[in-house]
Amino acid sequence: MTIQDLRDTRVWRSVFRGGSGATNLRRSMAIQQNVFLHLASVKARKRALEFSVTWYLGTLSFGTFLILVVTGILLMLYYHPSVPQAYADMKDLQFVVSAGVFLRNLHRWSAHTMVLLVFAHMFKVFYRGAYRKPREFNWVIGVILLILTLLLSYTGYLLPWDQLAFWAITVGSNIMSAVPVLGQKIRFLMLGGHSVNANALLRFYVLHCVILPLAAFLFIAVHFWRIRKDGGLYTGHKESHE
Amino acid sequence: MADDDKMQVSRREVFIKLGVGSAAVACAGAAVFGYSYLSPNVLYEPSPIANAGKPENYPRGSVTQDLQAGIYVVHGPEGFYALSAICTHLGCLTVWNADRGIIACPCHGSKFSELGAKLEGPAPRGLPWLKVWLSDEGELLVDRATVIPQRQYLRT
Repeated sequence: MTIQDLRDTRVWRSVFRGGSGATNLRRSMAIQQNVFLHLASVKARKRALEFSVTWYLGTLSFGTFLILVVTGILLMLYYHPSVPQAYADMKDLQFVVSAGVFLRNLHRWSAHTMVLLVFAHMFKVFYRGAYRKPREFNWVIGVILLILTLLLSYTGYLLPWDQLAFWAITVGSNIMSAVPVLGQKIRFLMLGGHSVNANALLRFYVLHCVILPLAAFLFIAVHFWRIRKDGGLYTGHKESHE
Repeated sequence: MADDDKMQVSRREVFIKLGVGSAAVACAGAAVFGYSYLSPNVLYEPSPIANAGKPENYPRGSVTQDLQAGIYVVHGPEGFYALSAICTHLGCLTVWNADRGIIACPCHGSKFSELGAKLEGPAPRGLPWLKVWLSDEGELLVDRATVIPQRQYLRT
């Protein structure tokens, strides 16, 4: 049975609605009628698919984000955000759980890579001038996504509950308290107390595993949708309709 | 080959088969990987062996419930034995009713004798007898994971 036969089955057609076919209408419906794909445009400029235009940095950033979601959910199955259990769980993941060390390292390296790729993506967009009209607001959303990426890294840093984590968050939260007037209050709310302790661990866990990923998903969706709305990927200063 | 024409496979078909095949291999690998990751190698659960203390603490003819361990330690006329306090119906914790001399389950009303025998449903079976022995220190140990045949007493 070929894939084409599979696409013509009743089950496939009930799942993907439109059905297959080589007409342009069918092709555009395949994009429009899919809740995930409809964020993207039905047509893309051939030039926009070339490596040199984007170096695929946005897609690669999103790829690392997906790896982080999958490995993160798997790590959550063995992790208790409590003192001192968190440290023991992290050590168990390294030395006891099957493939635990692989998933933990994959999560860690993907996190580093994502920060790198997001910065590279930003520089690429900046130096090509792709942020200019009509894409100014998508640049702003990109900056929000950069901040979310950094906050995800920062909140994830505390979770192993080792010395590195503890002092990094102590230092980071003290930097936060340098905000004029509200600094101490922000730090107090962020940590849920006056020092990095059980409340801080739980708050960072909730931020890292629920609030920030949800916010990232939301803004990524808007970011992708705006690419379509702003006329597709920026392909150069002579944006002709080739 | 004689039927060369029939053996013709297009380049596209080869790549589709290669793609589907390697996706299948990757799925199988992910399934094995996922299963081994999801089954814990170490469990932090309480030991099935409960220490019931010195036999002298149990007067002859007494039924003593250990709520934490979920067991009864009984010092009957023929010796010591231990019963699981977990109802065989749906796993509720039963209670020793000294006035009526029965073990009763608060959830659905099952009743058991002090020998663990089922007196009244809906429990399908009586309460299992658990392995009891004396430690080197002379304390009663109960293995909650090992069921023994009924009427095997420990005589001290």
